[in-house]
Amino acid sequence: MSDEVLCLQGIGKTFNQGTPLESTVLRDIDLRLGRGELTALIGPSGSGKSTLLNLIGLLDVPSAGELYLQGRPTRDSDDTTRTHLRNQALGFVFQFHHLISAFSVLENVLMPLIIRSGRPSADAVELARSLLREVGLEDLADKKPTEISGGQQQRVAIARALITRPPLLLADEPTGNLDSKTAASVFELFRRINEQFGCSILVVTHDPRLAASCPRTVQLVDGRIVSDELSKSSSG
Amino acid sequence: MRPLLASAWTEWLIALRFLLDNRMQTLLILFGITVGSAVIVFITALITGLQENVIERTLGTQAHIRILPLDEFNRLAPLPDDAVSLVLESPRAQRLRSISNWQDVVAVLDQHPRLPAVSPVVSGPALALSGVARASVALIGMDPERYERIIPVSDDLIAGAFRVGAGHAVIGSELAGDLGLDVGDKLRLDGGDGREAVVDIAGIFELGVRELDARYVYLDLKQAQTLLALPGGVTVIDTRVDEIFAADELARRIERLTGLQAESWMQTNGQLLNALTSQSMTTEMIRVFVGISVAFGIASVLAVSVVQRTREIGILRAMGSPRGQILRVFLLQGGLLGLIGSGIGGAVGWGLVQIFNIFGPGLFWVPVEPALVPVAMLIATLAGVLAAAVPARRAARYDPAVAIRYV
Repeated sequence: MSDEVLCLQGIGKTFNQGTPLESTVLRDIDLRLGRGELTALIGPSGSGKSTLLNLIGLLDVPSAGELYLQGRPTRDSDDTTRTHLRNQALGFVFQFHHLISAFSVLENVLMPLIIRSGRPSADAVELARSLLREVGLEDLADKKPTEISGGQQQRVAIARALITRPPLLLADEPTGNLDSKTAASVFELFRRINEQFGCSILVVTHDPRLAASCPRTVQLVDGRIVSDELSKSSSG
Repeated sequence: MRPLLASAWTEWLIALRFLLDNRMQTLLILFGITVGSAVIVFITALITGLQENVIERTLGTQAHIRILPLDEFNRLAPLPDDAVSLVLESPRAQRLRSISNWQDVVAVLDQHPRLPAVSPVVSGPALALSGVARASVALIGMDPERYERIIPVSDDLIAGAFRVGAGHAVIGSELAGDLGLDVGDKLRLDGGDGREAVVDIAGIFELGVRELDARYVYLDLKQAQTLLALPGGVTVIDTRVDEIFAADELARRIERLTGLQAESWMQTNGQLLNALTSQSMTTEMIRVFVGISVAFGIASVLAVSVVQRTREIGILRAMGSPRGQILRVFLLQGGLLGLIGSGIGGAVGWGLVQIFNIFGPGLFWVPVEPALVPVAMLIATLAGVLAAAVPARRAARYDPAVAIRYV
């Protein structure tokens, strides 16, 4: 098995293809993410960050190019396979937390496992508790998402994304909705998880300071990658 | 392949939680379904009970099919070709006459699997005299054992016993009142042309139909035959059928089989039947429309819920929930609403029927068929699932990339 978690080759995305509203959002994207890499994806709004993240997250299909997830081509796979892959190989963290209000914090963390295999095992519940401990929310396990703060909700979302031990964690503006102090602590959490669990993390952010704290920064402008650099502080 | 049971567990969990999470919405629609199904159960039990009661009362005093001799008519000699004749014809008077070969007819009908009871009867007019009082009556000569399987007169006796033969007769309460008779008294019967008999009153019945209670005089077959000058004859064969609404069809079959006239209760009670049919149609319409509005209620509540939960559906899809799972989560919610609502509604409807029975006008007892509530629940559950189909399909079709960003 290769050391590459993700490989994009000549990815392009055009919306409303063949109509007067046709617009090309991404062109000819080549990108590789290695195992355990923490990468920031930055760019002005409208540069195609979210579209790219949707493609990588298998929520959308590229118009051109091929996307390999753990060495497997995905472009021609059907909805069932993509859904299965999302559950197995990917973790998502979104700007607006997206916890499910009908379930407790602990159940939210367990949700990817519940979707995968029904009633969670005792081991799974233990894992969920330890992840909540990891993000510092062990005491809130039985609360409803509406009863905790935004920063706490985002930590729960991170714990949820990690429960399946995915090789790749995708975060879309995970701190966009938080004050700068909370944002910094959430980002700190990403770094710690990256070291501890060894999963690759791709974070979309428009905050240059947060981006600077990532070892690798990819910049997207007008649907093209304009820079891809390793920060000096990083060991690489 | 995802194990089916595990997936079902997940769907139940999510469906239940979604319903519990929107508590107010769920309670309101449950209330609606409860009221709807209570109305359906109550009205169904009431109308079914009423109709059964009316039919039972009607058929309690008459045979399901009466077999009569063909009417007499004038026979005209056939004309030679291209001849024209002018005929002044007056219809023949229908004299009392026997069914020819009635023993054979009865023997054939006795073998018929769909006629559980057959009773040959001779009946005709007579005068009843007691002292200076006289009344016109209908003599009914029959074999009590056979006759009672068609009209259980014994059940309606108010005095004495249903015993005929050896000069005994059983008369109605109105007639007994008119003539001032009691059990043990004597009654003179005059069949005309000097045919007379004196009988002892063995019993008095009250069928609840004034006309019958004032006119029927039950006699032994032989004695009635003598009084009516029809020795060895019967004028009618009364029968009972296994399924009362098949009476018409069976009557036609009996006509073809015997060449006689067969009159079903459905022909003789055309108006009643018409009224019952109209009533059933009205009930059916009420049930269908109540059912439709309940189903639309479920559909609209779930449609709102699907929109409210757009983002949550998006995140479930992103976390790897297949389209089918989302579809089933919402179908289950529809089914659960239907099941629970109709369960409560069925109990309420059942309770209403009991209240009606205890505190209502008390004209008749309304039974609740044991199958009514379970069937209503089954239909409501299926209707709930069907009503959920449109919103559930919509939820399952959400593009997760779009749904997640829905605000």
